[in-house]
Amino acid sequence: MLAFIVQRLLQAVLVMLGVALVAFSMFRFVGDPVNNMMGQEATIQERREAAERLGLNKPVPVQFALFVKDTASGNFGVSYRQGRKVSTLLIERLPATLELAAISAILALAFGIGLGVYTAINRFGLGARLIMAGSLIGVSLPTFLIGIGLIYLFAVELRWLPSFGRGQVVKIGWWSTGLLTESGRKSLILPAITLGLFQMTLIMRLVRSEMLEVLRTDYIKFARARGVSDRMINFSHALKNTLVPVITITGLQLGSIIAFAIITETVFQWPGVGLLFIDAVQFVDIPVMSTYLLLVALVFVTINLAVDLLYYAVDPRLRVDRAAAAH
Amino acid sequence: MTDDTASAPLSPLRARLRSWAHSDVLYSFRRSPTIVVSALVLAVILMGALLAPLVSPQNPFDPASLNLMDGKTPPMTPNQFTGESFLLGTDDQGRDVLSVILYGSRISLLVGFASVLLSAVMGVLLGLIAGYRGGQIDNLIMRVADVQLTFPSILVALMIFGVVKGFLPPQAHENAALPVLIFSIGLSAWPQYARTVRGVTMVERNKEYVQAARVIGLRPMIIMTRHVLPNVLGPVLVIATLGLALAIISEATLSFLGVGVPPTNPSLGTLIRIGQEYIASGEWWILFFPALTLLALSLSVNLIGDWLRDALNPKLR
Amino acid sequence: MRTSFNYGVAVAALAVMFVSAASATPLRIARSGDSLTMDPHSQNEGPTHNMNHQIYEPLVRRAANGDLIPTLATSWTILASDPKVWEIKLRPNVKFHDGGAFTADDVVFSLKRAMAPTSDHKGLLTAVDDIVKVDDTTVHIKTKGPSPLLIQNLTNLFMMSKAWSEKNNVLVPQNFVAKEETFAVRNTNGTGAFMLVSREPDVKTVMKRNDNYWGKGTYPVEVSELTFSVIKSAPTRVAALLSGEVDFVQDMPVQDIARVSTTQGLRVNSGPENRSIFLGMNTGDKELKFSDVKGKNPFAELKVRQAMNMALDREAIKKVVMADQSIPSNTIAPPFVNGYTKEMDAIPPRDVNRAKALLAEAGYPSGFAITLHCPNDRYLNDEKICQAVVGMLGQIGIKVTLDARSKSIHFPEIQKLQTDFYLLGWGVPTYDSDYIFTFLYHTLTGQFGGFNGTRFSNADIDTKIKALSSETDLAKRNKSIADIWGVLQPYLNYIAIHNQVNAWGMKASLDVKVHPDNTIYVKEFKFAK
Repeated sequence: MLAFIVQRLLQAVLVMLGVALVAFSMFRFVGDPVNNMMGQEATIQERREAAERLGLNKPVPVQFALFVKDTASGNFGVSYRQGRKVSTLLIERLPATLELAAISAILALAFGIGLGVYTAINRFGLGARLIMAGSLIGVSLPTFLIGIGLIYLFAVELRWLPSFGRGQVVKIGWWSTGLLTESGRKSLILPAITLGLFQMTLIMRLVRSEMLEVLRTDYIKFARARGVSDRMINFSHALKNTLVPVITITGLQLGSIIAFAIITETVFQWPGVGLLFIDAVQFVDIPVMSTYLLLVALVFVTINLAVDLLYYAVDPRLRVDRAAAAH
Repeated sequence: MTDDTASAPLSPLRARLRSWAHSDVLYSFRRSPTIVVSALVLAVILMGALLAPLVSPQNPFDPASLNLMDGKTPPMTPNQFTGESFLLGTDDQGRDVLSVILYGSRISLLVGFASVLLSAVMGVLLGLIAGYRGGQIDNLIMRVADVQLTFPSILVALMIFGVVKGFLPPQAHENAALPVLIFSIGLSAWPQYARTVRGVTMVERNKEYVQAARVIGLRPMIIMTRHVLPNVLGPVLVIATLGLALAIISEATLSFLGVGVPPTNPSLGTLIRIGQEYIASGEWWILFFPALTLLALSLSVNLIGDWLRDALNPKLR
Repeated sequence: MRTSFNYGVAVAALAVMFVSAASATPLRIARSGDSLTMDPHSQNEGPTHNMNHQIYEPLVRRAANGDLIPTLATSWTILASDPKVWEIKLRPNVKFHDGGAFTADDVVFSLKRAMAPTSDHKGLLTAVDDIVKVDDTTVHIKTKGPSPLLIQNLTNLFMMSKAWSEKNNVLVPQNFVAKEETFAVRNTNGTGAFMLVSREPDVKTVMKRNDNYWGKGTYPVEVSELTFSVIKSAPTRVAALLSGEVDFVQDMPVQDIARVSTTQGLRVNSGPENRSIFLGMNTGDKELKFSDVKGKNPFAELKVRQAMNMALDREAIKKVVMADQSIPSNTIAPPFVNGYTKEMDAIPPRDVNRAKALLAEAGYPSGFAITLHCPNDRYLNDEKICQAVVGMLGQIGIKVTLDARSKSIHFPEIQKLQTDFYLLGWGVPTYDSDYIFTFLYHTLTGQFGGFNGTRFSNADIDTKIKALSSETDLAKRNKSIADIWGVLQPYLNYIAIHNQVNAWGMKASLDVKVHPDNTIYVKEFKFAK
């Protein structure tokens, strides 16, 4: 048990180091960091001092070690565009993105599972076919177009929902939330739908195909033969067996929800880390870019680790295997 | 994971094709009207894109041939200044929307196919090596795949764009857009292929015929290409088809985010980015027709990919 | 416990909203881009000044008709005894937002700060020799020579508190090119009608009414809570106005003017801006970085520039790209500017054949290739104008590649001479040609030529430009301006496209006339009852 956890943790650290190396190379080798910070007018003396301050005269492996040390202690450098600490910027912007990602993940899960089960049970029904066709159209259109369409329909034509920003937010410590005000909640709806739609279709199609596979298995056939009711079979037996892979995939998708938030945040001018990142890309603001990279990697590695450990807890076979290997 | 064709791994290409023609796959193709329509739509768009210089009324990528005064002409209505009329209207630069869609599809399809090819070649190769060699190499490749999977295509592409912008001298920016698009969209998709191919390879590796081939001293390269590769083509084809739709949409999204091809050589995505500015102003055709083309293209590719997956999966027949 | 706590927060938040909704007059403004910095002397840029004008105040400001309005100065005269001294009388009893009194010391400090090497405004004060406090409400600006028009240069020079700046270590402006952050980048202490409440760069800046504002009787100051939001995407910005989430959109996309002005409850006002949009060409270097021509510089040939000028179809840009919201021009001096003449502005007839012939005479019968650098988030339809230019120049054989980018990259690259061919817009806050000469034509040295990306350099012209600021005889001075234009106008290192026309979209209860500086003064806004 312990050996397994240690091994997984070690792998996670290795992955993070790999990503850190990419981030470090961006910072060190894209453009000239001194030039980026000082501008062209700086004198040679000023440049030399700045290079020394940044540790650029040390050997590259030492620089990387320092970079890792700084990063691990939360010092990500200063944004070229805003001249402020990247860590402050991230903390300001993170709540917006996390709230949006969480709400859209919940939407995607709820509707994805529901529609997936429905389309699997009524595989040849008209409703199921329409939903399947609709889902294909959904994945065949770029997210930003769907977002713009929603703005046009619900903000401009119907005037039911706001078109940009977070509305009124309430500060709770360093966290800012839009969930406590009406305008905040209303502002969440369109971006959450836009962001969650793609994941919802994925989950729906996954649930459907898993359900179809499970419904074909022998033990369901036996259950049917034993006279267990359809409802019981569908929800108690089949769905339960479907959920493990669904939750795994959804968990792994969380990282990409945060990354895909870039697009949604651009369309709705949602002040999250995605918008920060896209502005950074346009400005070649390397510290912000590399920190964002590390952040997404961290989210992914954490989720991956959690999923692995969950599997370990759930699946006894894995435990025996690993335990045997550990001896 | 194996299908019927696997039982005759040494048969020549022609026999393979013949068996395809008589296979269930083709049968199920003819049975499904949706798929026939999808294939037709795809064929029309492909032909239009390929033959764009011959069939399109205008070369919209040649700025010198445009007349700005033709701009924003509604479909099939004479322009108020020039009197010219265009089937699908013109955009804000006086480009014929039909022509620009034909030429734009070329860019979108080029990016799509090239990036899918890149990721398929990379993924299949690495998957074969990982599956066949196993051990440390397998471990390393799959770890790298994990890291790669961490980053969704959009993010990878944006990163590469950011890096390229800072790395290349400003003079080289203009030519970098297309290769960077292809590379970054392609790069982010290879782990999918690698994982699938690795799985199949590991199964095949332990089969008797491969063991036998190894005993008679065939080189690993030959064993892999002649015996293992044919078995992975089915799943790879499915991933590639669905990947094509995804790549085309990724390109559109990147263009929307402002890191795609320049507006003077627009792709479908760039056209949509331009058109969305007119969503409230009444010039609907500038957005509508490119968006419709993109939808038709990716929808038909998706449908074909879905159908292929079901058709090639013996369990679902 | 926990639930009730959250509930309490929610109730409190709702209560706050209710109370403020009952008594407050909020105004929500959306713009496509943000101020680059709050430091008033760091960036000489329209959108940055626009926001700072709500918080900080200059000595004098410009009315919509071009007249000067006393602001922190009550009167200004050149001493009869010494034509090299401007005497400025300051408004008494003015307080900064932090409660400190506004005095002559602050004026001396602020003007000197604006002359610091890191200031982007130093070009406006090249004539100044020294600034001296006479008494608490009197300042003498000593100039190197007589400088009769100096006062015109002060309309965007904001007054900061000396004590506050010393306390927060912001004695010199932020060096924007070096991207360093100082306290003044996100904190303010002005004398204006609004005080900064919070600022998230690129997202939102919130201000509240300054209840101790000296001008409460002079101006309505009806707005109590002022929000500047950034909405970069044009359709989202218009959607926000159409759906009533914002009250004022300062940069209306031209294609949406018709839709918004026909919408119940909304209004669009438009008017010409004192800003020219033009192309700049590197005429000075031996070889261009961004061209396929090696060993020589095609832009150095006058005939090439003449050909390009003839190839532009400014009417088409106006009709199609700008939806009639532009005034085609042939000079980079807008009609508001002293020194502008109709003759300068006579647009040459478009003549593609003549242009081709000129190119051939210059030694480029089959044209050449060049990259055009263009901002895509600064001027009205900037990227589309560039695209149209690409087509028009293509018609005479010049193959132009378009590289559109954010203003935050574009402007520093012009200043760092990292472009050969670019689009730029230039507003003239002084309403005088001298401002254009100083920034765009003078050789790039020290305080001069800060935005001269064309590498144009003419010693004789430089001398004449410098002499302008000390010429007291206005007739002679105007003659000199005409002479300078006589040389510069035919040189064509800049090719003018048009003067920008701005459209402001707003609630119908507001009827704000478009200011030629594209600046809003929220303190003047009056709501119809």
